[in-house]
Amino acid sequence: MKYLTEYRDADVVEKYINELHKITTQHWNIMEVCGGQTHSLVKNGLLSMMPDKINMIHGPGCPVCVTPLNLIDKAIYLAEEKNVILCSFGDMLRVPGSKKSLLEAKANGADVRILYSPLEAVKIAKDNPNREVVFFAVGFETTAPANALSVLHAAREGLKNYSILTSHVLVPPAMEAILSDDTNIVQGFLGAGHVCTIMGLEEYYPIVENYKTPIVVTGFEPVDLLQGIVMLIKQLEKGEYKLENQYSRVVNENGNEAARNIMEQVFETSSREWRGIGTIPYSGFDVKKELEQFDANKKFTINIPKAEESKECIAGEVLRGKKKPNQCPMFGTKCTPTFPLGAPMVSSEGACAAYYHFSQAGELQEA
Amino acid sequence: MCLAIPGKIQSIETIHNGTVRMAKVSFGGIVKEASLEMLPTADVGDYVLVHVGVAISKVDEAEAAKSFEYLKDIGEIDELIEHTQV
Repeated sequence: MKYLTEYRDADVVEKYINELHKITTQHWNIMEVCGGQTHSLVKNGLLSMMPDKINMIHGPGCPVCVTPLNLIDKAIYLAEEKNVILCSFGDMLRVPGSKKSLLEAKANGADVRILYSPLEAVKIAKDNPNREVVFFAVGFETTAPANALSVLHAAREGLKNYSILTSHVLVPPAMEAILSDDTNIVQGFLGAGHVCTIMGLEEYYPIVENYKTPIVVTGFEPVDLLQGIVMLIKQLEKGEYKLENQYSRVVNENGNEAARNIMEQVFETSSREWRGIGTIPYSGFDVKKELEQFDANKKFTINIPKAEESKECIAGEVLRGKKKPNQCPMFGTKCTPTFPLGAPMVSSEGACAAYYHFSQAGELQEA
Repeated sequence: MCLAIPGKIQSIETIHNGTVRMAKVSFGGIVKEASLEMLPTADVGDYVLVHVGVAISKVDEAEAAKSFEYLKDIGEIDELIEHTQV
């Protein structure tokens, strides 16, 4: 159990917790979209401090968790069968593919490298002119500009041996998919702060209006999250639906236009399969046709069968907010961070891993 | 993972015939390289949020200090700087 005195801003945290208890008169279902927010909510013990009437539903905002099984298999195939230098962010390595993970492929001799930035992959391509270098480009709108930048750098350098295997996912179409579902119970969203740092707020006004659902763009620290939840509950209790920005010290209305311009030069919007959820129209970025020499999907012939997801793992239901991680019969027994059955138990932002690492029995909310 | 770390720009050099600005950014004493292509007006001494080796937003000094301390408290700094998460 986390005690209020443990926070640097203990008095502010206490103020918001007390306010939440005062203003919450009925049951509300709120989804935090971003995995970073899920991680912070659970790690900081905030769920157990909030009123029982507030049900936090953990959204699909973990890019590692929603990267399709088939793409992980493709990355492994490229590393093992095509002798490429496969570069990736660290948290993709332990995600299970249909037969193994990238980490196991690396242990078996494949040249898999963990990078801090996609720009490092371009340097690796420059230093290894006789090898193909593929960067596994996963991420939401926060990460996509950096992945796009790596393509522009490679193009400027005239590199012929660099490409990216894309698995970009976009937040607004996922929110619309959730709200359009007949079984949806989400009544308000905490918006993803750093996604909006890039994209601004423009895309969110139509969602608020069309679905009459409030959205509060929120940061990641305990005080940010609690303030965002207070703002959302105030709207819900009054029957209002507005877009509000709790994270205005970082997020502005127009976002980062230079970043969006970079993405527009390299990517076009495409349908995208989300692991555990299915295909969502216009919810991804793929490399534009005129830059297809940098698209690993086009550059390499990858003939691998589409594998079935594990029947034991309920990641799809967790990612859609239908079930809490601790409602899975495998949770903490057959599925642990050491031996994960599914991606949400691997990534530090996955809801299952967050529950496993930071929850005390009885502390977490029931769905 | 969309977390970003605040750091202070120590120096800037241009590459690709002056078309690309790369900065040395200090994260509490650890210096890493970051592209400034998404922040055309960022300058030496500014505090910026860096995500996967690219500066995405300017922040003020107080916000940078507070945010950095929080990330350090929860043990995210080494992880983020050494092996970026998305």
